[in-house]
Amino acid sequence: MSTQPRKQPPPSLEVRGLAYAYPDGHQALFGVDLTVARGERVALLGPNGAGKTTLVLHLNGIHTAGAGSVTVAGLPVAKQHLAEIRRRVGIVFQDPDDQLFMPTVREDVAFGPATAGLRGAELEARVVAALTQVGMAEYADRPPHHLSFGQRRRVAVATVLAMEPEILVLDEPSSNLDPASRRELADILRALDVTVLMVTHDLPYAMELCPRAVILSEGVIAADGPTRELLGDAELLGAHRLELPFGFDPSAVPVPRGR
Amino acid sequence: MGAGHAHKLYRHGHSPVHALPPHCKLAAVLCFVLVVVATPREAVWAFGLYAALLAGVAAVARVPAGFLLRRMLIEVPFVAFAVLMPFVVPGDQVHFLGISLSVPGLWGAWNVLAKGTLGVAASVLLASTTELRALLLGLERLRLPPMLVQIASFMIRYGDVITDELRRMSIARRSRGFEARGVRHWGVLGKSAGALFIRSYERGERVHLAMMSRGYTGTMPVIDQLTASRAQWTAAAALPLTALAVCLLGWTL
Ligand SMILES: Nc1ncnc2c1ncn2[C@@H]1O[C@H](COP(=O)(O)OP(=O)(O)OP(=O)(O)O)[C@@H](O)[C@H]1O
Ligand SMILES: [Mg+2]
Repeated sequence: MSTQPRKQPPPSLEVRGLAYAYPDGHQALFGVDLTVARGERVALLGPNGAGKTTLVLHLNGIHTAGAGSVTVAGLPVAKQHLAEIRRRVGIVFQDPDDQLFMPTVREDVAFGPATAGLRGAELEARVVAALTQVGMAEYADRPPHHLSFGQRRRVAVATVLAMEPEILVLDEPSSNLDPASRRELADILRALDVTVLMVTHDLPYAMELCPRAVILSEGVIAADGPTRELLGDAELLGAHRLELPFGFDPSAVPVPRGR
Repeated sequence: MGAGHAHKLYRHGHSPVHALPPHCKLAAVLCFVLVVVATPREAVWAFGLYAALLAGVAAVARVPAGFLLRRMLIEVPFVAFAVLMPFVVPGDQVHFLGISLSVPGLWGAWNVLAKGTLGVAASVLLASTTELRALLLGLERLRLPPMLVQIASFMIRYGDVITDELRRMSIARRSRGFEARGVRHWGVLGKSAGALFIRSYERGERVHLAMMSRGYTGTMPVIDQLTASRAQWTAAAALPLTALAVCLLGWTL
């Protein structure tokens, strides 16, 4: 590639040599390297226990790196920038009941921006915009526990979008969704204009949404490349306990719209 | 607030009383109860006037008398206590239908009954015209420690989630042929309770993680700033001020 005269924006996410051991001594990450450019959608694949969730919890400083570093849009994840880092990295957890803790949907979506200091009309506009993006605007005054699971997952995405994050991180977003909700969520994610890192066991979903995929296995990045190529490599998948659903042929699927 | 947490005491409506800001109503009820408690028990007519005042508020709020009276049944245990007083309190005795009753006991019973009933009626009126969520916001506005309000909010939010977990565990037990019959099975129920506690505790940890991920540092941001106009405060103050006038009359007459 020829050198660009104009300055590129810093990558949304840059992880360098990240290693981490849990307090009980169990080492979960052994030197992870991962760069995600601004606007990219990347799938993070890997078997149970590979360290995916552990990696995700490093991205907003819940865990502190044992060795190595994490940088979000040029800002290193460190104690003194935690508030700003948590605004930039939006994590959608696996169980929406953990994520939605306020009495009404509207207050829940407002929580993040209000913590960051937004008030009044500006706050209201942010909430409405986020709920509209996920098609849940008319549910604003409902309590979260009266919504269906798919609706709660969408609201969970909205709570994070309301913070206008640099990067959206989703931990298994398609789990427990029926096929229609799964597709609706995919449409929402595809329409968003943010960097996405998506942890998933749902390989066709990764293929549908993310042009690029990385495989995390036993605490290291084992493969990094176009999703179609990784999923077409039966040997690679087998080596890392990944399996395609019965009858699914990656080469027969049209390439997702890349960005 | 739209369809929020409809609790059993709440009665949906659009009356002027429903529309008052919750902290005004809370303050009004608190002052009313204080005034009632401060009234001398001998001023029997004053308590009649208080009851009439509350009936007036109920009429404005369009809460039917039957609804109000049924919700006031929570008072019954206190009534039982009051009924005992004429028999157990020492002092001058009067004879009524051949039973000897103590005079201070009768006055004491009347005092507890009248003031208790008025207090319960005022609280039930407040609860039937204010949503739980709004009550909490009102308490927060009235400077109740924010930590207490946060705890209460989480109880509302997660009450259903935990009840649901309890129900699923009960279904799982019964699907494996277990029916709780008698003392021998309490051990199993105890273990379920323990498991429920651990699950709730772990959920608490996960919720805390999710809160920190969105910037929580120990204080809840103020999302809905409650405001009340002078007119609304005046409207809410009408009840305790009228009651205060009655109370002062009771002391002077
Ligand atoms: N709190 C903890 N204390 C000690 N070890 C832990 C803790 N949490 C996770 N681990 C261990 O760290 C390793 C990585 O766990 P992690 O949760 O990151 O896996 P994962 O890739 O998210 O798996 P899954 O696909 O099942 O969600 C596992 O071996 C797990 O047992
Ligand atoms: Mg995980």
